[in-house]
Amino acid sequence: MSSPKKNEKQTVIQDVLEKPSSRRSFLKGASIAMAAGSAALATGCMATGDTTTSEEMKLRWQEYFKKHYRLMTAEEKKETVKRLERLAKIQNDLDVQIGTDPPIENVLYGYAFNISRCEGFMECVAACVKENNLDRKTNTQYIRIFEMEPGKLDPSTGDGQFYHKVPVENKFYMGVQCFHCENAPCIKACPTKATWREPDGIVVVDYNWCIGCRYCQAACPYFGRRFNWSQGEVPKEELTTKQHYLGNRRRPKGKMEKCTFCIQRTRKGRLPACVEACPTGSRVFGNLLDPESEIRFVLEHKKVFRMKENIGTEPKFWYFID
Amino acid sequence: MNAVPHKNLKSFLTDAVRWNLRGGIAFQIFRIFLLFGMGFGIYAYSFQARFGLSVTGMNDIVSWGLYISNFTFLVGVAAAAVMLILPAYMFHDPGFHRVVIIGEGVAVGALVMCLSFIAVDLGGPLQAWHLIPGIGLFNFPSSILAWDVLVLNGYLLLNGLVPAYILYSHYMGRKADERKYRPFVFLSIFWAFSIHMVTAFLYQGLPARPFWNNPLMGPRFLASAFAAGPALIALILAIIHSTTDYKIDRKVFRKLRLIITISAIVNLIMLFSEIFKEFYFPTHHSSSAVYLFFGMDGHNSLVPWIWTSVIINLLATLVIAFNPGKDNPKVLLPACGFLFIAVWMEKGIGLIVPGLIPSPLGEVVDYLPTWVELGVTLGILCLGITVVTWLIRTALIIEQRYEGAD
Repeated sequence: MSSPKKNEKQTVIQDVLEKPSSRRSFLKGASIAMAAGSAALATGCMATGDTTTSEEMKLRWQEYFKKHYRLMTAEEKKETVKRLERLAKIQNDLDVQIGTDPPIENVLYGYAFNISRCEGFMECVAACVKENNLDRKTNTQYIRIFEMEPGKLDPSTGDGQFYHKVPVENKFYMGVQCFHCENAPCIKACPTKATWREPDGIVVVDYNWCIGCRYCQAACPYFGRRFNWSQGEVPKEELTTKQHYLGNRRRPKGKMEKCTFCIQRTRKGRLPACVEACPTGSRVFGNLLDPESEIRFVLEHKKVFRMKENIGTEPKFWYFID
Repeated sequence: MNAVPHKNLKSFLTDAVRWNLRGGIAFQIFRIFLLFGMGFGIYAYSFQARFGLSVTGMNDIVSWGLYISNFTFLVGVAAAAVMLILPAYMFHDPGFHRVVIIGEGVAVGALVMCLSFIAVDLGGPLQAWHLIPGIGLFNFPSSILAWDVLVLNGYLLLNGLVPAYILYSHYMGRKADERKYRPFVFLSIFWAFSIHMVTAFLYQGLPARPFWNNPLMGPRFLASAFAAGPALIALILAIIHSTTDYKIDRKVFRKLRLIITISAIVNLIMLFSEIFKEFYFPTHHSSSAVYLFFGMDGHNSLVPWIWTSVIINLLATLVIAFNPGKDNPKVLLPACGFLFIAVWMEKGIGLIVPGLIPSPLGEVVDYLPTWVELGVTLGILCLGITVVTWLIRTALIIEQRYEGAD
């Protein structure tokens, strides 16, 4: 009676059920009645239901019940990466490589921004969008550049949406992004521990663990967080395929995302895309624990300040003047 | 053991369903309207399930809107049941003892709505199991949202189980054993304050949002809730009084009026205190209040909203306090209705949206809910009203029979 497709789905469910029981196996059992429907919903792709292969169903199902990234063993990390890479291949015919590079020993990242040098060219914004596979449809940007009046230091007094030739006489420019606070309000706010600060100082989000309540967004004093109001869209040919699990991989809809200091680059010893792209050299990035680093030189020899210092979030991001 | 052998838990439940399916033609029309509303809510939500929250009016700047606004207000309505529970169980007020079950029914309905509003606001509702302690990963005690999950569900349990036990005992034709439920009643009294304080702390604890980061937030939540909640309960009691044979003593209405008056006046005093702080010497921390009350950079969609709310609030409070109709329900009941609406306008949209505007980087945008948000909201309100009518109908039939048997 039933079509071959249905049979396939059933074997997938049986497959999953007959596997050795895990911590969450009872959850699987409880919801098995809604198996097909909820698995499709869970990955938010009901429209492609007709073309869903049994392999894809199985992968999505396993993805749905995976653990929080920090609780995964090395083996489980490897498995989820394999699944995600395979799903990218099946769904979009993309060959992506997703890394899970851990923090480097004795590294604490810091960032400094030279307000006397930046001229508002926005190359950093474009490079960030490209590198981090930001949603082109809603024009999501992690970095904002504010054109500031002399005498003001609060970006809320500046213009964050200028569309004219830069630089403008007697104005200065201030870049704003996630400041990777040591004492981050977003981490405190998150009800599921889906966001945390890595030992190298990078504040990250487990995109699969986030439930999308947006409390972190309300808690952030720097407007450092962005939400996937719908599934992000990136043209296939523009996609950055070298990815990190906590970085620029494809974000599901309904989850938070943010600047990760380009974790996929910096953990391999490279600079963030914005630093590399800046034509004026206003952006300085490096290891705060290395006394020889440029960032340490800036902190020791320049006039340095931080934004909204009164809140006491201890951002790892400084502004400086030559 | 049972007084009437054919009665048991199963018949209790089937009887509850049976009673609720019966009713006059007007009641059936009302029920069809509620069903239609819920169906429309599900239809509207289907768009959200497919396309994400992009079908709402929210964005990265105004990241909470109509859903969280309604949630915040309804927590107050749920907490307000304590204004009946406290006199009924602690002071043994006989009049309140007869209606306390109605207040608890309203609280359960309000909590169902609260939890539904949170659920529809989630970007990943299917990941909500990450919140279940033990299976998921719970950020307790750090996250106030985690606290809120606990207190809301706990209050729902308390307000569901205590009346269920009492009703079941009465259904079985015996007196409820007070020793068994009294500790839970006391717990629920403290719990009622905690659900509203915790919800206030959700906002109050954010240094990023000066409009919310305000120590008056919690107390003012309580004051407005204890005005709006009893106002709603007075309206429901009036409806029950005039449409069923379950007659409610005039004294109950008089005492409710007293509670509403005191709370509403305290609420207005606190409102004045807040306005004074924001406008006597405005700093950049006052910009949300400026946006709310006067508009900013040409964005002023909330200005008529908040002034309407303040004026209605003031007039309704004056009417309830000075009682110009000499206890005439035709004067007092509409005043209760208006007070309820005024607090809903202010504690909902008037509190949540301006807290997010201007953004921490100074951007000012207007928020307007889309038809999807309005549809889902309508659906959840219909669900809540359905829950309340089902619970109250069941409770009244059982109580009436029990009283008759005495």
